[in-house]
Amino acid sequence: MEALFHVATFYVFAAFALAGAAISAFSRRLVYCVFALLLTFLGVAGLYVLLSADFLAAVQVLLYAGGILVLLIFGVMLTHEIADVSTEANFTDIKFGAVISGILWLLLVVYICKVPWAVLDPLPPYAPTTRAIGLQFLGDYLVPFEYSSFVLLLVVLGAATLARKEVD
Amino acid sequence: MNIEYIAGIIKAVTIPVMALNSIPLLVWMERRGSAFIQNRHGPNRANIGPITLFGLLHPFADAIKCVFKEPFRPTKAHPIFYPLAPALVVVPALLTLAVVPLADHIFLMGAEIPMSVAELEYGIVYMFAVSSISVLGITLAGWASNNKFSLMGGLRSTAQMISYELSLGLSIFGALLVYGSLNPNEIARLQGETFFGVIPAWGVLMQPLGFLLFLIAAFAEANRNPFDLPEGESELVAGYHTEYGGMKFSMFMMGEYVAMVTLSALTVTLFFGGWQVPWVTTEALQATVGQPLRVLCQFLAFAGKTLFFCWLFIWVRWTLPRFRYDQLMRLGWKVILPLSIVNVFVTALVLLGLGWMKGTL
Repeated sequence: MEALFHVATFYVFAAFALAGAAISAFSRRLVYCVFALLLTFLGVAGLYVLLSADFLAAVQVLLYAGGILVLLIFGVMLTHEIADVSTEANFTDIKFGAVISGILWLLLVVYICKVPWAVLDPLPPYAPTTRAIGLQFLGDYLVPFEYSSFVLLLVVLGAATLARKEVD
Repeated sequence: MNIEYIAGIIKAVTIPVMALNSIPLLVWMERRGSAFIQNRHGPNRANIGPITLFGLLHPFADAIKCVFKEPFRPTKAHPIFYPLAPALVVVPALLTLAVVPLADHIFLMGAEIPMSVAELEYGIVYMFAVSSISVLGITLAGWASNNKFSLMGGLRSTAQMISYELSLGLSIFGALLVYGSLNPNEIARLQGETFFGVIPAWGVLMQPLGFLLFLIAAFAEANRNPFDLPEGESELVAGYHTEYGGMKFSMFMMGEYVAMVTLSALTVTLFFGGWQVPWVTTEALQATVGQPLRVLCQFLAFAGKTLFFCWLFIWVRWTLPRFRYDQLMRLGWKVILPLSIVNVFVTALVLLGLGWMKGTL
């Protein structure tokens, strides 16, 4: 019963994520594309919860749905003539894109089939991960963690430099 | 059936209903408060014969009016997003309350049951995560109405909320460092100690600057005066909800009031001891009056503190004038954000000096 529920929930969340991704890839209206990403982010967050990575799910919602998506929407809203509901996205070269994504898909399928996935049966009991993640970040992975924050700082500085008006 | 499941279902129904029922009360408080503070006429019309119940009948009249109003949609508004937007504002606001503890754990038939819908190890992160979704609802409302004033309101709210969400998160970092936990119930429990045996060790005493910054950012996050620019009626008619009427409009109002309750509850949990009755620990209280009365006392303490902060929201709204938009942005990015970072830095240094951090690593 519990396993069935688990599987059903998995498919619901996966469907959310895929539907959102499909809409944001194929829709011609910019605003649809952006808001469809919300479905994807929430679907992926749901999948994280199913994998007992619920702290990661909360962070995913916080950063992607609450942060990055809002920034994207902000960008779209400032797009010229957005008040006109039918602002459209252009497909410049659909054949080229199809070939590239087809190759990528093949590669992914091949490697997903090759990897010997660890099967957990029965599922381990749920345990909080927050503390472990924190200790890993400030312990074993301190250098990559600090390095990524340094990269982000550089990005902020770069953006500020680009956006700054020259004062004569 | 397991007692924990039953308790979970009961809590999942009761707590949102409680939050929704606090809305008419807060609307009433808002009306009475504005009348007292600004010498206006209060809610003095709604009556059943001679009975007006100090204006308490007014929320009922409001609700009946909103429910029976025609659900009108402007011709050029978006058919899906226009009705969806109010829901995107209300639902996250209600979901946020899921992790707020109303009292300490209770022991029932051999099970330990937390007095929040879900006790999460990272409850504070969850609250921030879910509440950050509601900004999408406001933005969507602004865009889907297909009205320039609404769009401007939506844009303003997006910029304002991303600016202040940063400060809101950073301002509580100091407090989280002091407690060493992200679990709201754990945080509330840690505030049960006392300094010198007389002063309750509430977060506000350990993090005065953090509390002040958090409070300012919370006002901006709730879109309440002095930061209610997204709906600034002197410039934008009514901002993002210009085109909404009836129940859809009142859903925005519900979202705003529930967000007020949630932010007050968060303030109380982080800085004012949560469900702690001052000077009495859970164990001492339980030994004296027994479990049911202990839970009632703690709940009343929590509700009283939360109601005070709701009142503070109303008080400030009718006392202070609205900020100008550039002032709002300057305050957010040049004052509150740097001060929050300084606060985190100083707190970490002090904790390092006291050696409190060593235990956690």
